[in-house]
Amino acid sequence: MSSLQSTREQVLEGPKRRYKVLVAKMGLDGHDRGAKVVARALRDAGFEVVYTGLRQTPEQVAMAAVQEDVDVIGVSILNGAHIHLMKRLMAKLRELGADDIPVVLGGTIPIPDLEPLRSLGIREIFLPGTSLAEIIEKVRKLAEEKRMREEAEASEQVGQA
Amino acid sequence: MARLEKLLEMAYSGNLRALGRLLTLVENPGSEAIELLERLTSRAGKAQVIGFTGIPGAGKSTLVSRVIAGLRRRGYKVAVVAIDPTSPFSGGSIMGDRLRMQEHAADPGVFIRSIPTRGIKGGLSMAALAMVEVFDAMGYDKIIIETVGVGQSEVDIINAAHTIIVVTMPGAGDDVQALKAGVMEIGDIYVVNKSDKPEANKTAAYLQFALEKEDIGRRESGWRPRLVKTSAVLGQGIEPLVDAIEEHWKFARETGLHAEKVKARRILLAKMLAESLLSSRVNAAMEVNKTLLEEAAASGRGLFRAAEVVAREAASMLLDSE
Repeated sequence: MSSLQSTREQVLEGPKRRYKVLVAKMGLDGHDRGAKVVARALRDAGFEVVYTGLRQTPEQVAMAAVQEDVDVIGVSILNGAHIHLMKRLMAKLRELGADDIPVVLGGTIPIPDLEPLRSLGIREIFLPGTSLAEIIEKVRKLAEEKRMREEAEASEQVGQA
Repeated sequence: MARLEKLLEMAYSGNLRALGRLLTLVENPGSEAIELLERLTSRAGKAQVIGFTGIPGAGKSTLVSRVIAGLRRRGYKVAVVAIDPTSPFSGGSIMGDRLRMQEHAADPGVFIRSIPTRGIKGGLSMAALAMVEVFDAMGYDKIIIETVGVGQSEVDIINAAHTIIVVTMPGAGDDVQALKAGVMEIGDIYVVNKSDKPEANKTAAYLQFALEKEDIGRRESGWRPRLVKTSAVLGQGIEPLVDAIEEHWKFARETGLHAEKVKARRILLAKMLAESLLSSRVNAAMEVNKTLLEEAAASGRGLFRAAEVVAREAASMLLDSE
């Protein structure tokens, strides 16, 4: 009966919880075609995508991520204010106790800025020319890692109880 | 259950991150979700639940954003459950209702949560109802449910909300449309949004006439539905709409409609949970009896007998799992 048993368990677990991603634009940057293309590609890959629209403050984006309890935050910036804005976003996430949510960035980022951004804790930086497939794969990997950490944390606490 | 305890404690003390995570837990049915709801529902039942429904494109999200601002000015804590459609192809979704409410994102007195329909018909999912219980228990005064706005049969909301707002707009059908059954029958408040547009007065007149004739909005409770003209984009008509929401709330509390509706939404939630518990077993039993079903389906003989076998098997699985 082992195959029956496993079928039961599989079905009883219910539909798999989908990965949820926040796609955001910050600052005085009115170009969101790229963000929309990425949002749509993620949707087509089966993600649940929350889009917050243009001209958001880092504080708004961090709060939206917390309220929506997303697995990954994706920010698109084209106007050169990336270091300043990402610094504020990461600070707000820390303040809200949400710095476990991985953040990725896409946009026209000069090469010398990559290192400072990574040291802020940005997990992936997608430069112009990055394929949608690569973005989807890396976002999926980060989401997977976060879920695994949460599960480990949950079972650890159950063990303690 | 140490993790639940900790999350609950943090959420009660106002930690928004913890509240966001609790919502995720009840969004996905499972033993943890049931445990959590058991703890929360006894503290809930105080908030006014306001349902916004109506045709797609009528401007519901923008209107909701304005109403949030109006309710905040009156000192209420507001939560929003915004329901967006899921792609039937990829199972993914883009949830954009929040986009029009983002001005409230940084306000700690407003909590907006988007959920996808995940293929649920009738406009409301178990997840949405469970989230209402969470927000209610956490002390939010007003909980807005914005439905997906798919059509004329979106009437589940009637069991879930105290105050139902049906949003329409000029040019969205003639007087016959206003007389149709379904979504047009359920409103406590009717809103003609985009009333800065031509034909707004005509649309409002049709609706007013239908209301006076009691062709629409006929309610056993004795409430006489209101009609409000708004332009959410221009910020017009919002205060009268918030007034009408408050009036209906006063009415609901004085007549006992409030308690009745809390009961109705919980019974609906229990029904959905029971169905989901059964349906997962039905899926498993279908899998187990696959050969039987396929043979019956191909020959056209014994299919409904096979369905009974599946149902019995599903029920016994449910009993086994206890």
